[in-house]
Amino acid sequence: MHIPADLKYTPSHEWIRIEADGSLTVGITDHAQDLLGDLVFVELPEVGKELAAGQEACVVESVKAAADVYAPVAGRVTAVNAAIADAPESVNQDAYAAWLFKLAPTNAADLAGLLDAAAYKAAVDAA
Amino acid sequence: MLKTTVLNAAHRRLGARMVDFGGWDMPLHYGSQIEEHHAVRRDCGMFDVSHMCAVDAVGPDVKPFLLRLIANDVNKLQRPGKALYGVMLNEAGGVLDDLIVYYLTDTHYRLVINAGTTDKDLAWMAERLGEWRLDVTLTPLRMGPKAVGMIAVQGPQAKARVWQALPEIEAVTRPLGRFFGVQIGQFFVATTGYTGEDGFEIMVPAGKAEALWNALLTTGVKPCGLGARDTLRLEAGMNLYGQDMDESVSPLDAGLGWTVDLKSERDFVGKAALLAKGQTWQFLGLKLLDKGVLRAHQKVHTAQGEGEITSGSFSPTLETAIALARLPLGVAIGEHVQVDIRGKRLTAQVTPPAFVRHGKGLV
Repeated sequence: MHIPADLKYTPSHEWIRIEADGSLTVGITDHAQDLLGDLVFVELPEVGKELAAGQEACVVESVKAAADVYAPVAGRVTAVNAAIADAPESVNQDAYAAWLFKLAPTNAADLAGLLDAAAYKAAVDAA
Repeated sequence: MLKTTVLNAAHRRLGARMVDFGGWDMPLHYGSQIEEHHAVRRDCGMFDVSHMCAVDAVGPDVKPFLLRLIANDVNKLQRPGKALYGVMLNEAGGVLDDLIVYYLTDTHYRLVINAGTTDKDLAWMAERLGEWRLDVTLTPLRMGPKAVGMIAVQGPQAKARVWQALPEIEAVTRPLGRFFGVQIGQFFVATTGYTGEDGFEIMVPAGKAEALWNALLTTGVKPCGLGARDTLRLEAGMNLYGQDMDESVSPLDAGLGWTVDLKSERDFVGKAALLAKGQTWQFLGLKLLDKGVLRAHQKVHTAQGEGEITSGSFSPTLETAIALARLPLGVAIGEHVQVDIRGKRLTAQVTPPAFVRHGKGLV
């Protein structure tokens, strides 16, 4: 299982990269894509949408099932990766390159609640 | 404790993602379910279907028994080896199971029933035998010396690969028409399947199943899991028991009217109920025109009222979402309908309930 050390994570299998400007780039983890199997559809959020922490941000669907992707912290959607909508399989190929949306967090202090790689690995191993 | 087939260790060695399928520990996929799907459409794949139950029905009364038990007409089976698809109904006309019947001799038929319904089916059949006072012995080929493993090999190259692995069966199986089964030595080889492609379904003594699986692997047959099996059968427009029909559903409302013989004088369990009620739904296909994925239980809004998707997924061959749906009578093929997906209404087109045959899209 691939869990890059420089990213943050949630127990619901989102990965988060904290950019230099304080914005967040969000995707689903390699473990999540492995659980879902071949992805065939991604419904991206609307740019500008305000999300509460843990609110459904978008939906990824594999052949097998639909899964919600949650906002890791409260914030506003500032960008979406439109290329993913045409190539959902890119999430299977490289989950950490295939980001889904960018978020401007409402409160930078919320980031302290995210998991680091070791804590995420422990959460996955315990499941 | 999950039940395992004789090929369980083989699946695990191949790194299969295993799932609980109705109490059976079965492979969902071996890496990519879409690649497995394409392998069957374009080349050849194989499935472990040993969780399904083959049952030998033997005795002087076997034909009258099956004539009364099954809604399709076993009289259609005139040549030894011929197979028939049909449904077994309860008195209310609901589907207890769908099954395949092979006619082997006048006193020997072989049934293949679903895994999840095996116990219920065997109990039902035993009760009917007692009630009708018929002399038939039912032997599930599950345990003991008669136990079999079953491997379905499907795809345009399936037969060639099977003949490469089992050259001794080529002469007998090459001239075999569709929907026939034949015993050749220790193999029972049938020209049946659940994918819309050519191929064989092979029963083999349980102890020989893994050797056959490995021989097929060596010839380049791709192992495929239940995930691909589901998208292949959906594209082929084949019903899945428990999803497209069950005990509460009439076969006439599940697109299985073609397997129900209401014309002849023959009486069978459920016939009176079917005649009294008639058809109340039509079973058709949907092809999503908007982006998204159709799933079972989504509501379908039509000009004639509301319907429901019974099976839906993404079609790897057509690269769009497709579904089988129970729709109000009067909805016509070609019409546009609205499907409720997470609160949004997306547009789908009504199609015949078959999307792909022999690798080619039909809709």
